[in-house]
Amino acid sequence: MSSLQMYMLLGALIFLLGLHGLLVLTDPIRRLIAVNLMGAGTFMIMVTLARRTDPADPVLHALVVTGLVVAISATAFALRLITANLITETPNLAENNAAQSDTTLSQQGSPPT
Amino acid sequence: MSLMIVDFVPDLILAFLVICMAWGAMHARSRHDAMAMFVAFGLVVALIWARLGAPDLALAEAAIGAGLTGVLLLQAARQIPAEPRTMKKTTVQFILPLVFIVLAIALFASQLFSDDALNISEQARIRPDVGLSAPSMSDRVHLAMPDSGVGHPVTAVLLNFRAWDTLLELLVLLLALSGLRQLYPSSQSAQKKSDGPLVRGPEPWPLLLAWSRFLAPLLIVMGGYLLWRGADAPGGAFQAGALLAAAAVVLRLAGLLPALRWSSLTVRLAINVGALLFMTVAALTLYFGAGWLHYPAAQAGILILGIEVFATLSIAITLTLLVIGEYEDLHT
Repeated sequence: MSSLQMYMLLGALIFLLGLHGLLVLTDPIRRLIAVNLMGAGTFMIMVTLARRTDPADPVLHALVVTGLVVAISATAFALRLITANLITETPNLAENNAAQSDTTLSQQGSPPT
Repeated sequence: MSLMIVDFVPDLILAFLVICMAWGAMHARSRHDAMAMFVAFGLVVALIWARLGAPDLALAEAAIGAGLTGVLLLQAARQIPAEPRTMKKTTVQFILPLVFIVLAIALFASQLFSDDALNISEQARIRPDVGLSAPSMSDRVHLAMPDSGVGHPVTAVLLNFRAWDTLLELLVLLLALSGLRQLYPSSQSAQKKSDGPLVRGPEPWPLLLAWSRFLAPLLIVMGGYLLWRGADAPGGAFQAGALLAAAAVVLRLAGLLPALRWSSLTVRLAINVGALLFMTVAALTLYFGAGWLHYPAAQAGILILGIEVFATLSIAITLTLLVIGEYEDLHT
């Protein structure tokens, strides 16, 4: 087993660990981290493949540099999607909870749709 | 034989670390631990890139993957309520995917070892008709290097041979930023209700102030150096842009930098100038030269340097806004 084969296996393992996390986790932030790990595994396989030749294949390196920047753009956008959802929901929930606690009218305590 | 094993030890340590970090980044008990583990994961991966002979990637990963993504996650975590105590998944739900992973890894390993996949390059050299293009691609890059105008193959690929990718990547950054801007109006009502900035960090402590005053100039110098050296050595527009963005993020978190207001024409120009200049060059080469993004060999060096300088500026500002862009940055 050469070190390149080990890094190929490692990349595949990280990809699959990320996939596992994506399947079993519920917290959106942890799932986002899991997607990022899948990306890191993919990059690792690409960089290892680039290493087959000496000097290393610059095309794959350039693709991974591009991939890193695209990954952080996607992460930033995904985080904003997560937080935007929470920000709009939280005040409504708070109002509803308040209405539920300080009034006895059952209509006002109806859950938000 | 023993020498080979000694060579192999760092790889094994890195592999062990990276697996632990990856597991911890998802399954650590508290969310903050998980994020810290993810930052550590990025740093270990940067070491692996260096080990695999990819210093460009090591630089980019350390700055972007570990640094900026970490800030991004921690910044977002402040706005998200504490993790709800969710129902623990049953053991079967947890184990079953793990079994799948083990099976998939075994399949991958059997393929890897049986086909001798990593020796493909040698086979392709012997028999060009195999049709695996990766090694010949690498050879073609090295053959075309004298015409590229730069001395470093990765920079040549990024800004000359595959300049399309880089142009589209700048557009992806712009797209992500406009996506961020689109999403903010929904929180505007919440903003008005809470009366004041939506997110207010803790007061910066004195050590942070002192360190960021000390670090920011260093980061700017390093960014300039990476940009300049990028023509002939590992480095380039993305690494430099990420370092400058890191400097801006540190200063902004310490409260030493005013908001980058979207309404300011300078900020908008700085965000767009990289992609605009790139497209202008592309259009000029289409009309007067050999074709879309085919630089004339004599001027290639200066064109690439010009594009890189302005792309660095755009990347730095866009990444800064992506990471810490708040209401007053994006909508005032």
